[in-house]
Amino acid sequence: MGAPSTRTPTRPTSESTPPPPPPAHRRRSAGGLAARGAPYLLILPALVATAALLAYPLLRNLLISFQNLNAFQLIQHTTDWIGFGNYTDQLTSSDFWHTTLRSVLFTAANVALIMAVGTLVGLLLNRLGRRMRLLLSLGLILAWAMPYVAGTTVYQWLFDSRYGVVNWLLDRLGWHSMAGFNWFGGLFSTFAVITLMVVWQSIPFVALNLYAGLTTISAELFEAARMDGATAWRTFRSVTFPILRPFFLSTTFLEIIWVFKAFTQVYALNAGGPAGSTQTLPVYAFIEGVGNQHYGVGAAISTLTILILLVLMSYYFRIILKQEDDL
Amino acid sequence: MRRSLLGRFWPNAVAVLLFVFFVFPVYWMATTAFKPDIDIISSTPDFVPFHGTLAHFDKAVHASGFWTLVRNSFTVTLGAVLLSLAIALLASFALARMRFRGRKAFVLIVMMAQMAPWEVMTISVYMIVRDQDQLNSLLPLTLFYMMMVLPFTIWTLRGFIAAVPRELEESALVDGCTRAQAFVRVVFPLLAPGLMATSLFGFITAWNEFPLVLILNKQSGQTLPLWLTQFQTNFGDDWGATMAASTLFTIPVVIVFLILQRKAVGGLTAGAVKG
Repeated sequence: MGAPSTRTPTRPTSESTPPPPPPAHRRRSAGGLAARGAPYLLILPALVATAALLAYPLLRNLLISFQNLNAFQLIQHTTDWIGFGNYTDQLTSSDFWHTTLRSVLFTAANVALIMAVGTLVGLLLNRLGRRMRLLLSLGLILAWAMPYVAGTTVYQWLFDSRYGVVNWLLDRLGWHSMAGFNWFGGLFSTFAVITLMVVWQSIPFVALNLYAGLTTISAELFEAARMDGATAWRTFRSVTFPILRPFFLSTTFLEIIWVFKAFTQVYALNAGGPAGSTQTLPVYAFIEGVGNQHYGVGAAISTLTILILLVLMSYYFRIILKQEDDL
Repeated sequence: MRRSLLGRFWPNAVAVLLFVFFVFPVYWMATTAFKPDIDIISSTPDFVPFHGTLAHFDKAVHASGFWTLVRNSFTVTLGAVLLSLAIALLASFALARMRFRGRKAFVLIVMMAQMAPWEVMTISVYMIVRDQDQLNSLLPLTLFYMMMVLPFTIWTLRGFIAAVPRELEESALVDGCTRAQAFVRVVFPLLAPGLMATSLFGFITAWNEFPLVLILNKQSGQTLPLWLTQFQTNFGDDWGATMAASTLFTIPVVIVFLILQRKAVGGLTAGAVKG
C-alpha cells in the first residue's frame, strides 16, 4: 500500500513483531470437534478475502501476461494466448533494461540517502534537549503525515519554474541561471525533485524509530564508551549499531521495497516524463499497460517487477523470521 | 564533563535547520492557500502572509463535484475500515487466544499480504473489476481498500487482544458466559482504544490511496486523491486554489496522525527493535 500506498504508520513494520509464544493450551476436555473447528471458522473470512482480493488478482496478472491483450481484444472479449511472447519481447528490449537499471539506481540512491540522513537525524534527536527534541519531532511528524498526493502538488509548487520559491532562493544565493529553471524538463532535475521528496517523506520513519530504539539502550553503555575515550563514530560502530542491528537490517529492506515499488510519487509528479525518461518499473508497467492499452505487455512487466520484489521480500522475511527465533 | 558552548550550540543549530527543512513544504502549502494571488505570483516570495484570504478555499470547495468527492472518499474509507475491522476481529481473536494447526502459516500469509505490491497489480484488478461490470463504482474500491488494510488490522488487533488479561475472560466463563459472550462483554469493551488506533491507521491508508482509483474510476466514483492530481491539471497555474485543495485534503490526515503519533512510533519499535 503504501504505504502503504503511503508512508504513514500504516507501514508494516509492526509486522516484524513476532507472534507471542502460543498461548497455553486450555485444557477443556469437552471441547470436541466444534471447539477445534472454531479457530478455522474465525480465520475463514480473512482467508476468503485474501484469496479473492489478493491471490486472485496476482494469478490473473500472471495469466494476462501470457496473452496478447490490447484495446482490440479487450473490446472483442477475445483471449489470445501467446505463451512467453510478452516476456521475450521485454527481456530483449533495451527499454525494459534501461528502466530496470533506472529503477535500481533510483532505489539505491534514495535508500542510501534515507538511511544515512535518517540515522543522523535519529542520533541527533537522542542528543538534543527536551524542548528541541520536541520541536524537531513535530517537524518530522508533519512531513510524515503529509499524504503523497498532497506532497506531490506542494513539491510541484515549490519547484515551479516562474514563481517557485526554490528557484527564487537559488537565484538569491547567487546561482542566477536558476531563475526560471524548468525542473521538470530534464531527466536529472526531475529525479532530483522526486528524490528530495521521497527522502523528505521517508526520513521521519527511520529517524523517529531509531530514536525510540536508542532510548532502549542503557545509558551506561554509552557512558562506558565515553570513559574509554571512544569517538562518536567508534561509539556508533561498536555500541549502537550492533545493538540495533535488527532495526537497521529490517528498515533498510523495507525502504528498498517501498522505494522500488513507489508509484504515486513518480507518476503524480511528472508522469514519468519528460518523454518517459523518469519511468521506474511500476510506472513503466502502468504506462505500457493502461496508457498504451497493451495490457498483456504491462502485466508481463508487472510480473517481472513482482519477481524482483519477491526476491527482496524473501531477504526481508529471512531477517524478521530470524529475529523471531532469537526470542 | 561539560560540553563546550560550541558543542552545545551545533546540535541545536542543526535541529533548527532540519525543522525548517521538514516543516517548510507543509508551511508553504498552508500559507499559499491563504495568500491573495498578488502575493503568490510576485517576484519576491511573501514568507509571512499578513493579508489572508479565503478566496482559494472558496474556489476549491465550489469546484464541480467537490462534495460528491468528499462523500465518495468518506464512504469508501469508512466502508473499508469497518469491513476490515469486522473480519480482523475474528481472525485476530483466533491468533491471540487459540492454538491451532496452521497458525504459523496463517501468520505468514498475513505478513506477506501486508507487503502486497498493489502498485503493480492495477492492470489485473482493472480486468477483474471490468469483467464484473463494476468500473466507476465505489464497491470494488471499498473491497480492495479493505484488503489493503486488512493484514495490518489483523496484526495490530492481535496485539491488543493478547494484551487483555486472560483471567478476565476466564472469570466470565466461570460466571456462566459462553466464549462469545465473554468476548463481547469483557474483551470487546477493553479493546476500544486498540480498535480506535487500528481503524485510524486504516483510515489514512484508504484515504490516501491513488493508483487503484486512478485506473478504476475514470468517469465517476472518484475520490479526493484523484481530484487533487487533476485539480492541478484543470486549474493550471492557480497555485492558490491548488494549495487550498491540498490543505483541505491533508487536514484530516494530520489530525489523525497527531492523535496517533505516540502509538505509531512506539508500536512500530516494539517490533522493529529487539536488543
